[in-house]
Amino acid sequence: MNNSMQWSRNCPIPISSDALRISLAHGEGARLSRRLISEIILPRFATATSRGFADAATVTTIGCRLAICTDSHTVSPMFFPGGDLGSLSVYGTVNDLAVAGAYPRWLTMSLIIEEGLPIVILERILDSAAHAAGECKVTIVAGDTKVVPRGAADGLFINTSGVGELMDPVPPGPESIQVGDKVLVSGPIGRHGIAVMSTRESFAFEPSPLSDSGSVIHAVASLRNSVGEHLRTIRDATRGGVSAVLHEWAMECGHTFALTESCIPVTDEVRGACELLGLDPLYVANEGTIVIAVDPLFAEIALNAVRQVPGCGQAAIIGEVQPKRITPVTIRRNFGSPQPVDEPSGAPLPRIC
Amino acid sequence: MKFIDEFRDPVLATELVRRIRATAKQPWVLMEVCGGQTHSLLRHGIDVELQGAVELIHGPGCPVCVTDISAIDLAQQLASLPGVVLASFGDMLRVPGSQGSLLTARATGGDVMMVYSPVDAVRHAQSHPDQQVVFFAVGFETTAPATALAVLQAHQLGLTNFSVLVSHVRVQPAMEALMQAPDNRVEGFLAAGHVCSITGYDSYDSFAKRHRVPVIVTGFEPVDLLQGILECVTQLETGTAEVRNSYGRSVERLGNPAAQRVVDTVYEIDDRAWRGFGVIPAGGYRLREEYATFDAQRRFGLTRSAEKNDPTDTKRCRAGDVLSGRLKPCDCPEFGKACTPDSPLGAPMVSSEGACAAYFRYHRGSLT
Repeated sequence: MNNSMQWSRNCPIPISSDALRISLAHGEGARLSRRLISEIILPRFATATSRGFADAATVTTIGCRLAICTDSHTVSPMFFPGGDLGSLSVYGTVNDLAVAGAYPRWLTMSLIIEEGLPIVILERILDSAAHAAGECKVTIVAGDTKVVPRGAADGLFINTSGVGELMDPVPPGPESIQVGDKVLVSGPIGRHGIAVMSTRESFAFEPSPLSDSGSVIHAVASLRNSVGEHLRTIRDATRGGVSAVLHEWAMECGHTFALTESCIPVTDEVRGACELLGLDPLYVANEGTIVIAVDPLFAEIALNAVRQVPGCGQAAIIGEVQPKRITPVTIRRNFGSPQPVDEPSGAPLPRIC
Repeated sequence: MKFIDEFRDPVLATELVRRIRATAKQPWVLMEVCGGQTHSLLRHGIDVELQGAVELIHGPGCPVCVTDISAIDLAQQLASLPGVVLASFGDMLRVPGSQGSLLTARATGGDVMMVYSPVDAVRHAQSHPDQQVVFFAVGFETTAPATALAVLQAHQLGLTNFSVLVSHVRVQPAMEALMQAPDNRVEGFLAAGHVCSITGYDSYDSFAKRHRVPVIVTGFEPVDLLQGILECVTQLETGTAEVRNSYGRSVERLGNPAAQRVVDTVYEIDDRAWRGFGVIPAGGYRLREEYATFDAQRRFGLTRSAEKNDPTDTKRCRAGDVLSGRLKPCDCPEFGKACTPDSPLGAPMVSSEGACAAYFRYHRGSLT
């Protein structure tokens, strides 16, 4: 991604007023629907047959256990520094499978398109989704499109469902977390939320904060291969950020997570934006950064393994699990005694002054 | 990060705590005026570090918290008028009025737009001539220059579809009201650094003399706060009551004259109802007559009705006692029970600068 690009809340593609746009007729099952599918959608997904997607895709497994998940994606603006809705809709579901211990294999993709969406935008989003799917070696095997009247959706909503093959050893989950375990993150936190917010609100931050939107398959694989059975659990820290993940884990395992602020990687761009807006990076969304709980004896090995993965060079051990206290998550800031970290409540709203 | 890390220096902060403890021969009661200072004190655990030496009570400087319920009700009414877009700072959206918050208004079909600057609302009005855009002008002297500038800009552009619902408040009259209260406990003030960056601190001289109370202009980072507290405690121990600027990197004695001129051009001082306080003489601003065409209340023929529709919840909420430092949030019977950030009874529990929100977030009263 070119850092020097100028981002605004508008789509970076200039759209002429007479550009071809999606109409309700594109969703009514007749010739325009067929052309939308056969000319715009199918050519981008190489494995779909020339006749289009079958009513139901059939896939073959070799007797392994499967993981299944689904996720709906909407983001305003659809294009932001570091990503867009298309790639996000693939990475989001792929990452949900990966952190569950599965190797993502197949996706379905369902588009809900608002009447009036320029076709060139749809094409660009689909190109990006196809590129992300290729990068993740995941096949889009089934799909659907619906067109809704103008105003009934925000441009484009994408739902993707995914199926993956579970890879041994599968992390047992947050209930297996024990006192003394270490907590890691795979990179600087809060990048996606700040990138989207600063684009949506046209903040002229220089340089533009970049989203971390991306696949975590390689990071998870590196953990599986290095410290396999010593992993407790992994989660991608999306909405609600790292704080939301740790609060959920604390509920499951009944312990307290004690963080050290100086160990938490945060980029200067995110830190500056958060200071300005009165936000805390712990609550800000990520889209390609994972939180890991691991046996303390294997934490350094896990850290070194993750750091070898491209894009994860700033992975860090950010805290440890302690016996249950009144608060599920605490943080030791630069000075003084540890303070509680609150559970996020709704979207963060910037302060007045 | 420059201008942040040096003011969070753990060695310096620890040394300042030691010096404050060594200086204070008795426990002193200080009020930090600004809600941003309250949150920083609790976020960094400074209140805990100074326990026994200094009691910090939390002042009324949370603009969202002191905005009167009648103003929120008016904003809600405006948002639900056909063709009207109510533009507001984000922090205001969750604050409950008598009929729910602005988020409730949006969920029930009202047109509420979150903006980061009042000038964004002017821009929106310019590009949407078919809509009436009303900006909800709340805040202290810190935000008043920006909203005044928006009015001037709309005036220059000749916009007839932009107006403001003015609910600005002034901090010093509230400090006067606190000092005049018979049960006042405040022995020293940490004045709100960002307000002073606009107003300066000249006007505090007579205040400090009249009430024999030290006033220290204080910033927001741990080292700023601790330096302000040390200066205040030193004065109290030596029996002096003077105004000192402990936030020199942002504040000058005369403040920001350009910003003051803009405010003075557009607004005049007025009595203002504060949530939890009642009407404070000279406690706010109103539009000058020359700019009255931008007054949303006049444009849409709305009147404030503070007495009407006062819901039970606002009676249960003791925001007034919290905002005047009479009640610690955690000593309120509703704190953490009927009143939480998810279902607040009053503004101090939802605002990012509210004292109740800070106590809830940092578990004061239950952790220690």
